[in-house]
Amino acid sequence: MSTVKIMERRAFLKYTFGAGALILGTHVESWASGADKASFHPSVFLGIQPNGDVIIVAHRSEMGTGSKSTLPMVVADELDADWKRVRVEQAIGDEKYGSQNTDGSCSIRDFVAIMKVAGATARTMLEQAAAQKWNVPAAECKAQLGQIVHTKSNKKAGFGELAAAAAKLPVPDKSTLKFKAESEYRYINKNVPVVDQQDICEGKGTFGMDAKMPGMLVASVEHSPVFGGKLASFDAAETKKVAGVRDVLIIDPYKPPHNFQALGGVAVLADHTWAALQGRKKLKVEWDLGPNASYDSDRYREQLLAAAKQPGKVVRNEGDVDSGFASAAKIHEASYSTPLLSHAPMETPAAVAEFKDGKVVCHAATQNPQAVQETVAAAVGIDKKDVTCHVTLLGGGFGRKSKPDYVAEAAILSKKTGKPVKVVWSREDDIRNDFYHSTAGMYLKAGLDGNGKPTSWLHRSVFPSIGTTFDDKAEYAMELEMGMGWNDLPYDIPNHRAENGPAKNHVRIGWLRAVANVYHAFALHSFTDELAHLAGKDPIDYTLALLGPGRKIEMNPVGMKYWNHNQSQKDFPVDTARLRNVIETVAQKSGWANRKSGSGRGWGFAAHRSFLTYVAVVTEVNVDDRGRVTIPNMHIAVDAGQTYNRDRVLAQFEGAAVFGTSIAMMSEISVKDGKVQQSNFHNYQVARLPEAPMNTHVHLIDSKELAAGVGEPGVPPVPPSIANAIFAATGKRVRDLPIRKTKLV
Amino acid sequence: MVQLKVNGVTRKFEGDPEMPLLWYLRDMLEMTGTKYGCGMGLCGACTVHVDGKAVRSCQTSMASAAGKSVVTIEGLKGQHPVQKAWMAASVPQCGYCQSGQIMQAVALLKDRPKPTDKEIDEHMQGNICRCGTYNRIRSAIKSAAGVKA
Repeated sequence: MSTVKIMERRAFLKYTFGAGALILGTHVESWASGADKASFHPSVFLGIQPNGDVIIVAHRSEMGTGSKSTLPMVVADELDADWKRVRVEQAIGDEKYGSQNTDGSCSIRDFVAIMKVAGATARTMLEQAAAQKWNVPAAECKAQLGQIVHTKSNKKAGFGELAAAAAKLPVPDKSTLKFKAESEYRYINKNVPVVDQQDICEGKGTFGMDAKMPGMLVASVEHSPVFGGKLASFDAAETKKVAGVRDVLIIDPYKPPHNFQALGGVAVLADHTWAALQGRKKLKVEWDLGPNASYDSDRYREQLLAAAKQPGKVVRNEGDVDSGFASAAKIHEASYSTPLLSHAPMETPAAVAEFKDGKVVCHAATQNPQAVQETVAAAVGIDKKDVTCHVTLLGGGFGRKSKPDYVAEAAILSKKTGKPVKVVWSREDDIRNDFYHSTAGMYLKAGLDGNGKPTSWLHRSVFPSIGTTFDDKAEYAMELEMGMGWNDLPYDIPNHRAENGPAKNHVRIGWLRAVANVYHAFALHSFTDELAHLAGKDPIDYTLALLGPGRKIEMNPVGMKYWNHNQSQKDFPVDTARLRNVIETVAQKSGWANRKSGSGRGWGFAAHRSFLTYVAVVTEVNVDDRGRVTIPNMHIAVDAGQTYNRDRVLAQFEGAAVFGTSIAMMSEISVKDGKVQQSNFHNYQVARLPEAPMNTHVHLIDSKELAAGVGEPGVPPVPPSIANAIFAATGKRVRDLPIRKTKLV
Repeated sequence: MVQLKVNGVTRKFEGDPEMPLLWYLRDMLEMTGTKYGCGMGLCGACTVHVDGKAVRSCQTSMASAAGKSVVTIEGLKGQHPVQKAWMAASVPQCGYCQSGQIMQAVALLKDRPKPTDKEIDEHMQGNICRCGTYNRIRSAIKSAAGVKA
């Protein structure tokens, strides 16, 4: 265990809190396993050692957003700790922390209040302990950078000195806590580097790929080339001749629905990675490919587009769309499609697990250690409480690493071999066996008045649903997919209908950064741009007119509650004033009014609300005489509510510009005869440095609204802004992604 | 047997001479700063220096590294101006590709102490960052080189 820094599970188990992870519990005897009675531990997220060290638990996974650092900074700020004395410990999977599923851009909004309470509670108790010690009023004692200071006498005591006394005090009621004013913050929004930055720059950060256990074997697993295929036979004779190969074992196929189960396959286990990969190459495997072997993604995309031309299940209905169309001065309609996408995080799925004495300990690059506990427990037939999941750094996640099938593989193989096993997915395994971002066919129709403004609007969307992960018969979209830029369009149009047609899945479908917003935003904002050009209007002015006056709109989809990214519409209403504000900001900052489009140069615009955040993008493209696209500038205006780590917020939107560029321009998974055609970065293309926006300018609104999402909402408006810019530059309207498949000149 | 220097230390390797340097560094020497990303020389995550040149360690067999001097991210010891520029610009997001990015950038500045944007494009395009830190990579390189951003 030389390279994995962990907190022992027994230390965590010492905490004797009641049920409910988010409640400030009673004190526990010790923080560390040494049963040190002098430590102070007023929350599951926070402990203070007698030596003054402050330990803050990061219960969310770090995959690049900075939340592992930002939430502890909030605790440290409310506590007024000295950041240099703070140690951030990554939590193991444990329900006492509340949800650890680092997904949905919700780490800050769901936990920032809890972190503030944890810090303020500890600070209050330390101040009270100091007041007792000095026999002065608590109001005269104030925390200051790791110590309590008596303001009148200038007496000082370190947090560590006061920890034991503080631990004996009653926990103050939440309502009595005083929180810092924004002006007093030391760490929040002060661009303090994330805790792993130096390790990363020195090559010391431990990712799942770097995790080790003593005596472990490394496994490479051959999966069916077609989703749902079953192992017919295999011949491992040549494999076993490879030096370093120790064993070849079968992993049983999943039972539908596939959920996060191991897919099943043939595993080559070896002393080291190279031997496992070499052994894999020599393996001869025959598969019964099953019904998905006839799947052809190009043909299927046509089917989705055709299905979107047919009436579907109504998921939003206001006014009377049909009579609106009948009385319209003009009708405009268009179909859009998007391909399957792979997450392709730079670190492929990797985890090490040991099954021993009916328990599993694993180290995994996972967004969701609690799902690891459940999935692994089911895979090896134990209780999830007997699965200890240590979370490493993640080399990118984007949704892929919420699904711990690869951790289950490691646990299954460890149980079979009696040794710790590390499973390493090759890039080919990753690209060919992903939980793909869904392919979608969409149809939009607008009935326009004499000025080219829509009075009736129909948006049909057909795509295999993420719901197929949990119900293999599912054919219709989940509420969360509908509430992503589809049944929550905030346009001021009297007649409005959204419909969903059925679609089956033929590969595993999963959520990828920004999820269904990606294809809905592409169709929606491309179509809006088309309507603006048709009306001879400026696309930004036209969009503002479509949004109507600034107001909060209550969404009332048909037959369901509006999903609203799991938040109430009272706390997070759909607010067109905020959307208008980011649009006006991006127009002003980008110099939109003075833009010059045409002859290979073009500007495009799109604005989208997702993850409760409002984002507007203006993209400038150059298309050269060979049709090659470069992006000299991208402007992104963002209202994400209050922020807690301004630089990391900017970084997420800078990253979204690149992620969105990949989706717009180049990325595509295609499937023939059920087999994914791409395998590595030569044919699954993602944006490289010269293809990414040369200058991304993020304009962050200084918002006092509740903190909203940051990791994902930058992505959806980027692809339509690029497509719209390309139209401005070339007159070519690209309705099918990726753009590289359309000849632009 | 293959003999080579890694970060100044002489090492001997008796295994498969076709084993890529990447897996030797990671699995034999337990120097995991050099990352696996594609195994085909397509992403740059495994970039190290061999005799001062940036190479993809996934495409460099142990046989071909014989007698050579290898420097990995660990060999920069956190003191290189490029590493300092990376930290000052808070380049990393997830961080997985950054060892390779840094090694590639260090090699660039050795050849071209004052690189132009075009030279940065050409030299860095083999290193993929899926988080999309390219703007900051570019500005950190310029800052390390002392050229105007």
